[in-house]
Amino acid sequence: MLPVGCTLKGEQHKMQPILEARNLTKVFYRGSLLARNRIVAVDNVSFQLQRGEVFTLAGESGCGKTTVARMILGFEQPTAGEIIYEKNGETWHHRVWFTQRIQAVFQNPFETFNPLRKVEGYLFETVRGYQLADKRQAALQLINSKLEAVGLSYGEVEGRYPSEFSGGQLQRISIARALLVDPSLLIADEPVSMVDASIRMSIVNLFKRLRDELNMGILYITHDLATAYYLGGRIAVMFRGNTMEMGSVQDVLMHPRHPYTQLLRESIPEPDPAKKWRGRISIAETEQEEYLRVGCKFAGRCPKVMEICKRQAPETVCVDEVYVKCHLYSETRSIEEVSCVQG
Amino acid sequence: MQDGDVVLRTDNLRAHYVLDIPGGQKVVRAVDGVSLQIRRNEIYGIAGESGCGKTTLMKTLYAAINRPLRLVSGSVLYAKDGQELDVYALRKRELRGLRWRYMAYVPQGAMSIFNPVMKIKETYRDFLSSHLKGKTAAEMFEIAKDHIDKLGLPISILEAYPHQLSGGMRQRVAIALAALLRPSVIFADEPTTALDVVVQRGVVQLLKDIQADLHNTIILVTHDMGIHANVTDRLAIMYAGRIIEEAPTVEIFRNPLHPYTQFLINSLPQFGDAGQRVSAPGQPPSLADLPSGCAFHPRCPKAMPICRELRPDTIVIGEHRAACWLHAERGTAQDAAYS
Repeated sequence: MLPVGCTLKGEQHKMQPILEARNLTKVFYRGSLLARNRIVAVDNVSFQLQRGEVFTLAGESGCGKTTVARMILGFEQPTAGEIIYEKNGETWHHRVWFTQRIQAVFQNPFETFNPLRKVEGYLFETVRGYQLADKRQAALQLINSKLEAVGLSYGEVEGRYPSEFSGGQLQRISIARALLVDPSLLIADEPVSMVDASIRMSIVNLFKRLRDELNMGILYITHDLATAYYLGGRIAVMFRGNTMEMGSVQDVLMHPRHPYTQLLRESIPEPDPAKKWRGRISIAETEQEEYLRVGCKFAGRCPKVMEICKRQAPETVCVDEVYVKCHLYSETRSIEEVSCVQG
Repeated sequence: MQDGDVVLRTDNLRAHYVLDIPGGQKVVRAVDGVSLQIRRNEIYGIAGESGCGKTTLMKTLYAAINRPLRLVSGSVLYAKDGQELDVYALRKRELRGLRWRYMAYVPQGAMSIFNPVMKIKETYRDFLSSHLKGKTAAEMFEIAKDHIDKLGLPISILEAYPHQLSGGMRQRVAIALAALLRPSVIFADEPTTALDVVVQRGVVQLLKDIQADLHNTIILVTHDMGIHANVTDRLAIMYAGRIIEEAPTVEIFRNPLHPYTQFLINSLPQFGDAGQRVSAPGQPPSLADLPSGCAFHPRCPKAMPICRELRPDTIVIGEHRAACWLHAERGTAQDAAYS
């Protein structure tokens, strides 16, 4: 639960969020009937997303970020909490209403498309399915305009199979298909992790353009904090189902407050030989061990761990317009003390 | 450069996939004229995007090529005990003797190499018994324990099954296994790909520890320029089957000569600077159908008429090598400098 009376930068001016997640929780059970492990994959996650904004869900694999996306898309039912679209209480049961507003792009473009089917089929199918055009000529025009928006043309796509494209091209086609219905929100789950290094930024730049020119909201799910920083907007850093820190990318990534965000930020290899890693780190032997931990999930690896961290899960507090879930910042400590700890 | 320092040398190495297709043959030029000199006691990086031939280059250097991959020209020479060994002139038994003792290979996705029904200690025993003859089970267990302990991994993993370990831990055990017989050359193919950033750092830490302990050569292949900046001493950039640029890592990041390298480095987003970044235009070429001349010319903003016609030679400017017509007049052609 987020503390009341704390607004984040950018949140107070824009009125209507197009998507709001309130105390979203998902519990999975693992193991046999007798020795079941209860794993809280997503634990009380709340955030809002406006039009014309990029909101990044960042974290390592197994932090629950994809589960959040799956719940938003209706592939998974939340155990508790609710997802509100455009504040009118519609839920994902209204399939057509929903998919006209929210579209998704997935991680692996080679798995998105059936290898035995021409890619143009997917585009025409979407036009037909949503009755976006009544004649083939009008459909062609619509498809071509969307392909041009992602830097391709219909001539390049016509009659070709997925294997004839590179990963970057397929990912663009996948985005063009999502754009056909003019969605107000695009959910992009690790969209660039399978794309060649030399053309990765062209996809990221495309998201920037969609945000600025079409005023689209983008939920960008990634483990790559450098592209998250580049896209701007706000970010939530997740760890083992919990939102550890949430705020603007400038605050969270340039001045991380939570020890986990600090570790994550330090661990990104920067493309500059002058900024080599210093110090050593320890990593978890298994993921389950951390999910099952009582208290703060990060306590086992935290360099600033205290006694209380091992017993009790921290509350989310608001520090300088950033939400932090860490005992270092809980009410008993004043802001001044905290900055001493950081320094 | 002293010849004695060189541990691995190739000269105009070519390895092509020759595929029979209806009505003829299709040739995929995955390694197409690679000349390298890799030194003792260094971490040598090879960067390039998917499909540029870097894994094929690894296999060719490790002498692990199978049809349809064929060695077309060139040789791979290793310096061992003061003499040069041509791995492609060796008999199978001799080559087997080199593997793991002299050169080790950590393949891509090494975390899935473990037998799922064997504990890690059994994998170690299996490995040791086939490479070190005449040891008792207890002695082998001691060797494994010492080794794991020295590399800073928890001893408890020996009693674990692979599925009980996290991906990052399995990857580190696979790398540790490759270093067990203290090889002079370790090839690591994308060891950090598909791992989380914090885990990546753990894997890199392990590779550096191994290198510092054995003073050997590690050849690290990855597309992640951040990892290269962090770990490698010298760095080669591969594009369409060729090394288009090579220099000490610091030099490449400070002064990239080839336009492709410039794109690779300048397109990376950096913290504290949200300025516009631009990718190289176009798509990487297919290795089965390479453009004429310089393979990068269709994507190169600085392309000149000669780039379309003639393939640039590799030229040497001090410690820097580059294959680009823009710099052709600045240095000596490689063949003169390398022979």
